Amino acid sequence: MIPQAVDYKRAGSVSEAISLLAENPDAKILAGGHSLIPAMKLRLNSPSLLIDIARIPELRYIEVRDGGVAIGAASTHHDIISNADIQSRYGAMIEAGELIGDTQVRNVGTLGGSIAHADPSADWPAALIALNASIKVEGPNGAREIPATEFFLGFFYTALEEGEIVTEVVLPAPAAGSRSVYRKFMQPASRFAIVGCAASVTIDGGTITDATVAFTGVSADGAFLDEAVGAALVGKAASLETIEAAANAAAEGAELNEDHYASKTYRKHLAKVYAKRALAGACGL
Amino acid sequence: MPKITVTVNGTQRTHDVEGRLLLVHYLRDVLGLTGTHVGCDTSSCGACTIHLDGHAVKSCSMLAAQADGATITTIEGLASGDELHPLQVGFKEEHGLQCGFCTPGMIMCAADLLNRNPNPTEQEIREGLEGNICRCTGYHNIVRAVQHAAGQLTEEV
Amino acid sequence: MSNKFIGKSVKRIEDKRFITGKGRYTDDINLPGMTHAYILRSPYAHARIKSIDTSAAAAMEGVVTIMTGDEVGHYGVPCGWQVNFKNGDIMKEPPHPLLVKDKVRHVGDAVVMVVAESREIAQDAAEAIIIDYEVLPAITDASKAVEAGAPLVHDDVPNNVCFDWEIGNPKAEVDEAMASAAHITTLEFVNQRVSPNAMEPRSYIGHYDGVYDKYTLYTSTQNPHLIRLLMCAFVLGLPEHKVRVVGPDVGGGFGSKIYHYTEEALVTLAAKKTGRPVKWTETRSEAFLTDAHGRDHVTKAEMGFDGDGKIVGLRIKTFANLGAYLSTFSTAVPTYLHGTLLQGLYTTPKIHLDMTCVFTNTTAVDAYRGAGRPEATYLLERLLDLSALEMGVDPTELRLKNFIPAFDGVTQPGYQTNVALQYDSGNYHGVLHRGLEMLGYEDFRKAQKEAAASGKLLGVGFSTYIEACGIAPSAVVGSLGARAGLYEVGQVRVQPTGKVSVFTGAHSHGQGHETTFAQVVADRLGIPMEDVDIIHGDSDTVAFGMGTYGSRSLAVGGSAIMKSLDKIIEKGAKIAAHKLECSPDDIEFTDGKFTVKGTDKSLGFGDIALTAYVPHVYPANLEPGLDFSSFYDPTNFTYPFGCHIAVVEVDKETGATKVKRFIAVDDVGNVINPMIVDGQIHGGLAQGIGQALLEGVEFDGNGQIINGSYMDYAMPRADDLPMFELDRQVTPCPHNPLGVKGAGEAGCIGSTPAVVNAVIDALWSAGHQVKDIRMPLTSERVWSAMQS
Repeated sequence: MIPQAVDYKRAGSVSEAISLLAENPDAKILAGGHSLIPAMKLRLNSPSLLIDIARIPELRYIEVRDGGVAIGAASTHHDIISNADIQSRYGAMIEAGELIGDTQVRNVGTLGGSIAHADPSADWPAALIALNASIKVEGPNGAREIPATEFFLGFFYTALEEGEIVTEVVLPAPAAGSRSVYRKFMQPASRFAIVGCAASVTIDGGTITDATVAFTGVSADGAFLDEAVGAALVGKAASLETIEAAANAAAEGAELNEDHYASKTYRKHLAKVYAKRALAGACGL
Repeated sequence: MPKITVTVNGTQRTHDVEGRLLLVHYLRDVLGLTGTHVGCDTSSCGACTIHLDGHAVKSCSMLAAQADGATITTIEGLASGDELHPLQVGFKEEHGLQCGFCTPGMIMCAADLLNRNPNPTEQEIREGLEGNICRCTGYHNIVRAVQHAAGQLTEEV
Repeated sequence: MSNKFIGKSVKRIEDKRFITGKGRYTDDINLPGMTHAYILRSPYAHARIKSIDTSAAAAMEGVVTIMTGDEVGHYGVPCGWQVNFKNGDIMKEPPHPLLVKDKVRHVGDAVVMVVAESREIAQDAAEAIIIDYEVLPAITDASKAVEAGAPLVHDDVPNNVCFDWEIGNPKAEVDEAMASAAHITTLEFVNQRVSPNAMEPRSYIGHYDGVYDKYTLYTSTQNPHLIRLLMCAFVLGLPEHKVRVVGPDVGGGFGSKIYHYTEEALVTLAAKKTGRPVKWTETRSEAFLTDAHGRDHVTKAEMGFDGDGKIVGLRIKTFANLGAYLSTFSTAVPTYLHGTLLQGLYTTPKIHLDMTCVFTNTTAVDAYRGAGRPEATYLLERLLDLSALEMGVDPTELRLKNFIPAFDGVTQPGYQTNVALQYDSGNYHGVLHRGLEMLGYEDFRKAQKEAAASGKLLGVGFSTYIEACGIAPSAVVGSLGARAGLYEVGQVRVQPTGKVSVFTGAHSHGQGHETTFAQVVADRLGIPMEDVDIIHGDSDTVAFGMGTYGSRSLAVGGSAIMKSLDKIIEKGAKIAAHKLECSPDDIEFTDGKFTVKGTDKSLGFGDIALTAYVPHVYPANLEPGLDFSSFYDPTNFTYPFGCHIAVVEVDKETGATKVKRFIAVDDVGNVINPMIVDGQIHGGLAQGIGQALLEGVEFDGNGQIINGSYMDYAMPRADDLPMFELDRQVTPCPHNPLGVKGAGEAGCIGSTPAVVNAVIDALWSAGHQVKDIRMPLTSERVWSAMQS
C-alpha cells in the first residue's frame, strides 16, 4: 500500500504552516498522521503537499491556565494521558485517551489531528464536549475559539474553515464537586467506539447540580451533546434510579449509525446502557 | 525530494527520499533492515513497530520524512552486541514466537511497555500489546515472555 | 534410542534469527535487477470484461511489461483432488486462469499484471489502466446458489453445483433409526467463512537464469515441492528439473499457503519474459480478497437418541461453499476431511451426510487450520450440548454414555467407524474426566448459580473431539481422488566428521521443526543437538517432499527421518563389526556407540562416520558413505483427540462475551517437545475461539467483502484471551515409529464449539432457551438472543 506521490514540508511555526496552506489549497496538514497516512495508503486521500506541524514547539505543551488546562494541538495522546494536571482534573480525558488506538498510536497521534479529522467514532470529541472544552483555531483571517459543542458538525466535518488549523484545546476549570468519566463499547476489530459516552457530573450534598453527557460512535453525524439526559438529572438525587431513568432517554432523536457490528436498535440500546454506566461512574456509584 | 537525517541503531544516515516513502519502506528497502515487517495496510497489526525517539511507533503509518532528525531503534539494534535484550531472552525462553513474523514488532512494543512500567500485571501486559496481532501463539507465551523479561517468572524455574 | 532430548522442552534453535530481526521471509529477499509486480483486480464479484486499455500505463516511464489474459489466460491452476458426483460423474472443474480475460468471478479476481522498476510505479501504472466491465448479479450463499434462477458463476456449471456427495450408512437405514428415536435434536446453523490471516502476506519472486535455463521461485508456501510439481506439470509445462522452488522463512500458513496460487506462476512467467527477477507481495487488503478462505458450511443436522440417552442416528444435509474457483485441497475439505469425522468419539450406529459443494462469486475456499474436521466437530459437539439441554441431562454424562470404549490399537483392534475411517487408538473417557477435574465441575455449577443471583451470567461449554491427521496413506487417498501421494521424504546425511545434515520435505512456518526433528535425530544417534542441522524448504537441496499441513510433519516427515536413521545405524553396525571383528548381529548401538554386545569394545559414531568416508579398513561389498534417503508412506491416519472446556461470562446488558477460562486436555500421542506442542495448542485455541466470538468474512448483496481489513475483521488480540489451562494424556500412535499423532490443528478443532456451547449454557441458565446463535457471537447477536 503506497500513497500517491506527494510533497512534504515541515513547518517551523504556526504562521508558516498557515501561509503554506494558503499557497497550496490542495495541501493537507500532517501532525501524527495516524488518520491521514492510512487513508493516503488506501488512496482515499491524495493531497499534493503535506505540511508537517508535529514538531512546531509552540503547538506541543500542556499548561494549567485559570484553573483549567490548555493543550497544544500537537500534543500526543500519550502526552495527555500521562500529564498529572489532566489526571487530577479530568477523568474523562484520561479514560478516553487510554482507549484510543493502542500504545503505538497514542505515542504519535495528536489531539489536534484527531479532532480536526473528526471521525464519527473517535474518543476525544465526546470527552471534549462533556467537559465543555473549546477549540482554538488559527487561519489567514486570524484566530478564533470555538466551543466543542459547535466544533463537531458531522461526519468527518468540523467548524474549521479553509486554511485554518487547530492550535489549542482549552479545558475549563472543573467545578467543585464535579467528576468526569468516559465509558466505551469498542468495535472489536478497529477498537473505535461503537458507543463512547463521556459524562461530567457535579454533585452538591447528594444532589446533582450539573450533568453533561456526550456520545461518540452513536451517530453517523459524529459526537454530540445529549442535553436531555443531562437536564433530566439536574436537581435530582445522585442515585442509580434517577440515573437509569435519565439514561433511558439517551440518544433520543439522534441520527443513528449502523454497521455490521451494531444495528441502529442495538446502538441505541448500548447508548442507554453506557449512559447509565458513565453517569454511575461520574456519580461515584 | 526531502532530505532526511536519522540515527538508526546508533548510526547516522542521510538520504534523499520521496515524500510518499513510508518509514517502514525506508528501513526495509533503503537501509536493508528487514527485521521490521509489514503485516497490514491499516496500522492495525503492529508488525512494523520500531522505537522513534525511545517510544514504540508503527512505522507503516509514518512517512520517512516525518522521522527526519529522529533517533530510531529497530529489532536489529535492540541487543547490546552479542548480549540479547531481556525481552529477546524472554521470547526464546518462554516460546513466545512461532513463525516469527510478528515477533520483532511484538518485542519492540513490549520494550516500550516495560520501559514505562517495569513490573506490569498480566492484564497490563495484555492491554499494552493490544496493538500487535499474533496469529500463532494465542498470546499465552508472549505474556509469559514479557513476564520473564520483567523478572516475574524466576521463582518458578 | 536415548532420551536426552526427546520429551524435553528444548528451547527452539530457530528463534535466534527471529528475535534479532534476521529471519528471511520472501519479501526480505532482493535480487539484483529486480522488478516489482502489481496486480490489477476486479472490483466486482461478477462481471464481463468488455475491454481492457493498458496503453497509457504501458507508456509510463519505468513500466517494464504488462500482462493480460490474452497473453496468459490459457494457463490455469489445478485442483489437487477429484471428487465425483453421487452418480459417478466427475466433478465440474472449470478453469482458473492466471489472468481473466472474459468474466471475473469474485472481487479480487486478477485481470492485469503490471511489472515495473518499482512498487510505486507499478501501482501508479495500474491506476492508469482502464477496464470496461458489464456488471452481472452475484451470488455468495452456497445454499441459495443452487436455487433455480441463481446467477451462474461458470456458465457451463448447472445450478453452480461442483458435485454432490454422500458418506455413511445408507440413507434409508439412518431414516429408520431416526424414526425410532425417543428424542431428536435438530440444529440448523452456519459454520461461517473465515479468513486465515497468516501474519506474513503472501510474497513471491520469480527468477530466470538464461545461462543455465533455470527458473527459481521464492514463495511463502507450506509446500515448495508440491508447488513445483503443480506449476511444472499442470500449469506452465516447465521441465521440473529446470525449476527450483524455495520456501524460505514463512510467516504462518494455517492452510492458506498450501494452495498453488496463480501469482506464483505469473511471476515465473514474467521473469522469463522480462529476463529480470519479478517480486510480488500482496497487501493485506489483497489477502482478504485472494488468500483462500476457510469453512463456510450451511447445515441442517439431526441427532436421534433412544430413551436411555444413547445416540441412535445422525442425519445431515450440508451445502459447502467452494468459492469461485477450486483451490488445491478445495474439494477434499468438505468431503474426505469432514464427512469421515462425523463418528466423533461416539458409538453412533447410523450416520448419513448429504453434501452439496457449490460455486459462488466469492474467494476460493481451501484448508484452514483443521480443514473439514473443525466443521465436523462443531456439528457434533453443538448437537451434544444442545441435546443435553433439551433432554435435561448433564452434557458430560451424555458424552460418557456414548463414548467409544478405550482401545490401544495394539492388543485391541482399531475402531472401525461408519464413515470409512479406522481409529488407531483412544481413551476418550480419560480426557473428559481429567478436564472435569481441572474445571472443578461441581464447584462451577454452584458458582454459576451464585453468579446468576448477583446478576452475572456464567456458562460452561464442552467439546470432546477427534481428528484424523498425519496425512496420509497414499493408496487410501488415491482411491478417494487425491491426485498426489501423501508420503514424506527424509534424508539423513552423516558428514565425515560425524556432523549430520537432515533434509526433510516437511516445511516449517512456525512449527519448530529445526528443533523437534533435531531432538529426534540427536537422541537416535546419541550425538549433541548442535551436531544436527535440519534443512527444509528448498527443492534443490531437499530431494522431494509434500510439505506441512494436516498435522503431518512429525507423524509422516519424522517417520521418514526415522527410517533413514535406521538405515544409518544398520550400515554403521556393519562398518563397526568389520573394524571390531565380529558379526553385525553382535553389535548394539546405544548412546552414540557401536558396542560388541557383552564387551567393552566399542567405536563411537564419529569413528564410524569417518570410516565410511575414509574406507581404508572397510567391509567388502559395502559402499562407502553414510547418507540415506527414505520415503515414508503412513499406513493409516493418526487420530488425536481431546476435551476442551470453555467458561464464559456474558454481560446481560450488552451481550458482550468474555472467555474467563479455557481448559484443554489433548491426547496427541507421544510428545517430543512439550513446550512446542503446548504452543501449537495455544495458537489453535486462539483461532478456534476467534471463530466462535470474533471472526467471519461478511459479504454484501453485491459480493463485496464488507470487513476486508483489520479495521473491520476482528481477530483475537492479547486482551481478548485468558491464560490457557492445559494438560495432556498420552495414548501412543500404534502405527508410526515415534508414536506421535500430530498437534497442529487440535486446538482449533476442539475449541470453537466449546465456546459457543458455553454461551448457550449461560443463556439457558437465565431462561433464554435459544438453540443457536450465528457465529461469530458478536455482542449484538448474543444480546438479540436474550431479547427473545
